[in-house]
Order: sequence, then C-alpha cells, then structure tokens
Amino acid sequence: MGYPHAPHDKETVVLSRYFGDAEARTYDGWTKRGGYQALEQALGTDPQVVTDAVKASGLRGRGGAGFPAGVKWDFMPKQKSKPHYLCCNADESEPGTFKDREIMRWTPHALIEGCAITAHAIRAETVYVYIRGEFTEPIRIMQAALDEAYKRGVLGKNAMGTGVPIDVYIHRGAGAYICGEETALMNSIEGRRGNPRIRPPFPAAVGVFGMPTTINNVETLTSVLHIITHGAEWYKGLSLSNPKSTGTKLMSVCGHVARPGNYEITMGFPMQDLIYEMCGGMRQGRALKAVIPGGSSVPLLNREEAEGCVLDYEGVVAAGSMLGSGGMIVFDDSADLVYQMMRIAKFYAHESCAQCTQCREGTAWTVRILQKILAGQGEMQDIDLLLDLGEQMTGKTICVLSDSCAAPVGSAIKKFPLEFEAYIKGARRPVAALA
Amino acid sequence: MVDQELVTCTIDGVEVSVPKGTTILEAAKQAGVLVPHYCYHPGLPVAGVCRMCLVEVEGVPKLQIGCATNVVDGQAILVNESRQAKEARKGVLEFLLINHPLDCPICDQAGECELQNYVFQEGRSRTRYTPTFAKRFNPVEDFGGDILYVPNRCILCTRCVRFMEHAVEEPILNVSERGDRAFIGVHPDHGLDHPWSGNVVDLCPVGSLLSKDFLHKARAWELDHTPSVCTGCSQGCNVNLDTRAQAVVRVRPRPNLDVNRYFICDHGRMTYRDMNRGDRLEAPLLRDAGELTAVDWDHALARAAQIVKGSTGKAVILATPFASNEALYLARRVLERFQVTAAFRADRVDGEHPLAGVPGLAVRGERAPNVAGATLLGYRDAFGDALGAIEGAALVLILGDSLDGVNRAQLEQAGNVIYLGTTLPEAARAARVVVPATNVAEEDGTFVNRDRRVQRYLQAKPGPGMARPAWWILGELAVELGLGDPLGSADEAFDELVEATHAFRGLSYRQLGVRGAVLPEGAGAGVTA
Repeated sequence: MGYPHAPHDKETVVLSRYFGDAEARTYDGWTKRGGYQALEQALGTDPQVVTDAVKASGLRGRGGAGFPAGVKWDFMPKQKSKPHYLCCNADESEPGTFKDREIMRWTPHALIEGCAITAHAIRAETVYVYIRGEFTEPIRIMQAALDEAYKRGVLGKNAMGTGVPIDVYIHRGAGAYICGEETALMNSIEGRRGNPRIRPPFPAAVGVFGMPTTINNVETLTSVLHIITHGAEWYKGLSLSNPKSTGTKLMSVCGHVARPGNYEITMGFPMQDLIYEMCGGMRQGRALKAVIPGGSSVPLLNREEAEGCVLDYEGVVAAGSMLGSGGMIVFDDSADLVYQMMRIAKFYAHESCAQCTQCREGTAWTVRILQKILAGQGEMQDIDLLLDLGEQMTGKTICVLSDSCAAPVGSAIKKFPLEFEAYIKGARRPVAALA
Repeated sequence: MVDQELVTCTIDGVEVSVPKGTTILEAAKQAGVLVPHYCYHPGLPVAGVCRMCLVEVEGVPKLQIGCATNVVDGQAILVNESRQAKEARKGVLEFLLINHPLDCPICDQAGECELQNYVFQEGRSRTRYTPTFAKRFNPVEDFGGDILYVPNRCILCTRCVRFMEHAVEEPILNVSERGDRAFIGVHPDHGLDHPWSGNVVDLCPVGSLLSKDFLHKARAWELDHTPSVCTGCSQGCNVNLDTRAQAVVRVRPRPNLDVNRYFICDHGRMTYRDMNRGDRLEAPLLRDAGELTAVDWDHALARAAQIVKGSTGKAVILATPFASNEALYLARRVLERFQVTAAFRADRVDGEHPLAGVPGLAVRGERAPNVAGATLLGYRDAFGDALGAIEGAALVLILGDSLDGVNRAQLEQAGNVIYLGTTLPEAARAARVVVPATNVAEEDGTFVNRDRRVQRYLQAKPGPGMARPAWWILGELAVELGLGDPLGSADEAFDELVEATHAFRGLSYRQLGVRGAVLPEGAGAGVTA
C-alpha cells in the first residue's frame, strides 16, 4: 500500500502494512505490532536453520537481479575465520523506484530487524546500511530507530540479551547511482571511489574490507522477518504463478497513471490489474502506450506486452523485459519516447563511473545521437548505429550500467521505430534537447 | 623449482601448459598470441577496465577479459579466431577514438602508441562518430616533475593511477569526474615529483603522459633501442638506451623481474646526458717536450708499453666504478708485475629512495654502477690512500677517474702517468700518455650490481673520433707487453676475466644474456692470479 493511498482490495499487504502509521516508527510502536519477535526467535536458532528457511521460502533478491537470497547467504563461509559483513543496499537510485524509501520512512525497525536476522544467519557481527544520500528524511528516521534499538538492547554486543553481537551502522551515500551496484557500494563504504569491482572474487569471499560479505536490498531484508514469523511455507504460498517467484513485491508505479504510488502485490499478479485497477488506470482520455516495468534499466514493454504481462520474475522476462526493482514507469500516448529515451540515456551517461570503455564512451555517444535525432538532424543510419552501440554496450563490462542504458533505448527502437523515424524524416517538429 | 600444478588449454588452436592460476592473457603470450590490452600491465594490479582484452572462451556465453580470467584445464580460448571477440575489440577501439584528438602527427607517442597499433591492427577504417559532435576537451596540464598530462589523448586505463597508488604508494593521482567527462586528476598540493614518478610516462599506453625532457625531441620510429644497464646507482636497473643520430635521447626501463621489474627511477633517466657530452677526448695524446700531441693508436700504445716496461716496483691505479669489469680486470693484468695499490671512489649521497611497492628496488646512495665489480676485482674504496701512494710509485694508471680534487702538480711529480678517460680534465695533462676511452653507451661490457648480479650492457652508439673501449685499449697494451693475444671483443675479455678470477667462475656472455647472472654464492673476492 502506497502512502497516502488506502490499501487496495487486491493488494497483499505484508511489507507495507504500516505505511502511513507513524507510531510504527518507534520501538514501542513496533513491538506493539509484533516487532522483534522474529529476531528473538531467529537468534535462538542456528544460523543455518534461518538460512535454510529463507532458501525454502524462495525469496529472491528484490534489488533487481532476483538472485535467491538464501542461496546467496549460503555462499558465505560456514567456518568463520574472518569477520563477516552484511551490507544493506538502501542506495535506491534506480529511476522510477521508491519502495525502499517508504520501507525506511515508515517501518525502520522492520529493516533493522531484517538486518539483524540476516546478520545472524550469515554469522556477521557488523551491518552497514548504505542509504542513498538524497534520502534525508529516511536517514533521519532510520538513525532515530537505530539509536532506539541500541538503547533497548536490540543491537550491540549482546543483541536481545542472547550474547550475539550485532552492530548496525548507517552509511550515507554521496549521490552516485553506481554506488547501488553491490561492489561499488562496498568500495564506497571503504571510503574509495564508488567503482564496481571485477568479479571474481565475489563478495562472499572478498567483500567489504576484504572480508566475506553479503549484500541485500532493503526489501529483501525486510521480507526476511516475515518469513521467520510466518514460516517458509506461508511465504512460498504467496505466489499466483511461477513457483520460483514467491512472496510479495512492492511495485513503485509512476508516470501517467491516475494514482501513482507503491502497491504491494503477490508475485504473479497481472500488470493489467495493477495499472487499471490499483492505479486507477491512465489519465483521463489517455491510453496506455508503454511500460518500463523494472526501473529505467530494463527494456520497455508496449501496450500489448504490458497488458498481458504477469508480474513475477519469469512473467516479465516472458513478456520481453525484466522485473528488476519493480519500479514501473508508465507512459500514455502523449509520451515522446525518443525524448524519454534520451533522458534515460543522459542519466546513465552522467552516472557512468568511467571505468569501462564501452560504458564511459557509449552512454555519452548514445545521448548525442538521440539528441541529434530529436533536433531533426538524424539519419536513418543513426538508428542502426544506436542498435549496434547497444550491442557493444551489452554484456561486455564490469557491471550492467551500460547494459541498462542500451536496454531501454534498444527496445524503444525495436518497438516504436516510427517515433524515431518521425523525427528523422521531418514528420515531427524537432525539440530542443535538454541541455 | 617448486612443483606447480599445470593446466593445459588451447589458445587460437595452439596448445599451452601453464601453472594453475595463470591468466588467459599471460597464457596467450606463451602461445605466441598477443591479446590486445590497455589497462593490464604485468607490474600493476589488474583493473579490468579497458575491456580491450575480451576473448571468447568456448562454452562460456559472455566474452571474458583475458587479464582477469584464469585459464581452466581443457579450455579452448579464441583470441584472433573469434569473430565475436574481434567485433567487441573493434567496438572498444571505436569508443576510445570518439573522444581522441587523433593528433598523432604532433604526438610523441606516435609510432609506439598502443592505441595507434591496435587501431591499425583491428580497428575500423572509419569512425561512425558524427563529425559535428564535440570531443571532450581539457587543457594540457603540468603534473609537476618531468611530466605533462594531455587529457584529450587519455584513454583512462588508470595505469598511472595504479602505479602511484600501488608501486609508489603515494596515491596522488586519481580518476576525477565521471562518465565521458572523466580525466586523471592530480593532488592539489603535490606534483608528480616523486623520484620514481617518471615511470608513468612509460606506462601510459598512449601519448597522454609525456616527459618534458623528451618532448618533441624525436619520433619513435627514428629511435634505436639498445639494451644497457643504468649507471645512476649500484642497483643496476636494466634499461634501453634510445638513440637517434648517434646521440642517446632517452633512457627507458627494460623489464627484468630480478632487478628492477618494469621500472627505473628519474635519476637514472637523466644519465643519458653524460653519454652525449661534447667535450670528449677524441685522439690519443703523447706528451713530448711538455706539450700533448695527438698521435695514432700504434704510437700511443707503443709509448704506454715502453713506460710500463721501463718501470718497476710500486704502481697505483685510480679507477672509476663506472668502468667495466673487463677494463678493471685488464688494468690489473697489465700491471701484474707491479706492487699495485688499486682504488676507486664513488659518489655517495645520504639516503635511498625506494619504490615502496617493489621490495629491493631503490635509488641507492652509491651513485655508480660497478662498485661491487671493482671490489671483487681487487680495487679498494680508498681513493685517498691511493692518492697518497702516488708519491714513490713507479707508475700511475688512471682508469677513468674524474681527477676532481687532484691537482696537476701532484701528478707531474709522480712522473709516469698513463691516463685513460673520456674527457681531459686539467690534471690529466700531467700524463705522459693520454688515451681516449668510450663511455657506457659506446662499448660492450659488464657491471656487477650491489646484489652481485653480473649484467651486460651493449654498445648503443659509436664513440667519438678515435676513442676505444677501455678493454680494447688495455688488451692491446697487454699485447704490446707480451702478455697475451689481442682481444677481438668484450666477450673475449670477459672470458679471460672469468678464467683468471675465482669470483666470476663459470660465467660467460652467453650465460649472462640480457638478464644477467648472479655470482656464485661464497665466491671470494679478488683476483686469483
């Protein structure tokens, strides 16, 4: 449920139950709502039992990649010879995504609890919550909750009085999108430039400060406590389609819908219902044109694909895109997709860390070509060039930032070629590119 | 050698076996396949950023970077035979060029530029970058020390950044800004004035970091490269002397993992200036009636032999630790009848400047290349004593010493003085015979570095006028004295030295190669003769 909207009948409200409920932000309010029981329970069990439960639940990473969380935890060394770290990725910078922000704003203790449970599961004593620097309000609320959690003995050298040491630190980002990439995030925590690292070694072997590390998204970690509370079977049952996609997902819907906001759906929920029922459909007199379903980094879907799309990891892939972070950007028929793609590409060109050649040069070149097309100076061969650049930018770099630039642009060209041709052939009035 | 587990793979169809943990790029070198690369450098940590070394590994869907991917047993790796990999590299080259000024005609790197080379090798013939698009522009920046940064040519491989961070351990360079606005930034309060920072110029695969000293001096294709050994200190770094028109214009490191890895210091880079001195001795001189007169070699050698034959008793050799082992040995050989006081002196400065990230590598305080060799050959670091012994010596042989602080009168009193050197200092005019010798760039020879490694240096340019290598001069003198057959080469001189000197036993030029060889453990110093 997306504050300030009331929950929709078709929502499955788990993570977002207390959105808009200011009392849930406090320790007392949170415990009154059953908070920290899951943590107490988890700390009383063997870490492997917790990991196995999460594995059995089928929870997959909510940050974008959709990697099974329990499997990721299992990569951590079983015999601890070095300190282990958990990083909570709260650097939610993906354009169109704003679910983690709401989790942190309304239920900070849920995140702290999820972090603590996970830390126990992976035998980590230190948790870094890496929060996007622009999130001033969520940082304030998280910090207040954290202070309270320490004061109440939830965290510290003797978490919940069980003798398990769990320390949680908030690390504030400085405004780089790339720091949401897990290895760049680790570099940033270490005080280095936020550049993604080459893998292998993987973070579970050599992570933050060279120690075994697990990085999970805010939504993933918050989901963990519900798996502990209600059991893996219950969570696994939350699936309307493919059994490999389980649980609930917060969908951040923005763009040309009547009621944008966060909506919590069960995996496998039809996109059509999300757009037309929960979000109240398109704006008055407008029709759906395209949807980018998983934050700006994924291919866009045209109307037919979107309306037939089932919202789970496999369903969105089948429709030709990816579920990603669940940040849905909806375009109606007034949208100029050439301009929108230029805007998206410009974002990536600005945020490229400058390490890999294809990304550093390719993203900026893509922007220039799109601006040239928008200015009415494009040629038909520019379209082929864009597609070829996209090819060069995909699957050849350290991280997926350049892939993320190429995916929406390439899909827009393939699915809406006439929009590009209209500019090139002079059928559409040139627009001044955003400087 | 320690037993290492080997893995066998094929690279472009060539089978190689390499130790487990070897990267594809290094394994390919052994298969004779060069995987194009920019950011990778064997002396630096792997960055994996240029994406130029993408290769296809059979059975792996995505292309892999050769610099950071280890070879797996049984793998088939395709470098030049993979269409996919070649397309990817072609793409990288096109991307690298869109912001590159293509000012090769005025770029010092042209001719030895990896960007140029790979673009010619496998790049596109034409760019698809619209000519009206602006290229990134940043003004040329003085990085301090000897270094200029031309950001427009930079491909952001970060070799310089990693060198300063991991080898020098003074991270004063970084990548500033993001995206295609990125450039190499320098610390606001520090320039590149570290004694080892000149290496960033060699490391730069393009013409972005330039030496001010070498700026616009020569085109790369006009240069000859001759393996040599640095004379800057007793470390004995392996170098190449780059020559053009019979002048050394640049000294660059020559990789030797046992001595200097891939680096040399800035002090060593400047040693070439001495090699090009204009005030050189060009002809043998004899003193007749108080005047030095130019003569030919036959006369000079005959006179020298006459002086040696006519003397007996004590002799003094004032040698330079810049002299080759061959010359130092032969000097003692021609004076073997005498009771010899042999000494040298070396410039010494306080403190060493280590390259922090490479243990055992430093600019040494001892600023001469062959102190160890001279010591092994029976020369003592007691110049003052030797100078004192001139009085009462029947013969004084000056082997390259600068004679700084020695006055002419002192030598004139000594009487029988033979001077062998590259220049003619005032005091040397007291000699009865003056013979012109070549310097390190003009002869073949060997030095022994501080770690007892015997290393060869090769002739890079002709000597001036009639100047000859000291080993040749002393060898001819030995012939005149009836002490042996003429020496045809430094090689033969070295063989003779090895035969006569216990410390060098078993060595030969062939064995030294261009990497040198360490003297056998426990070999005593001094000549056995």
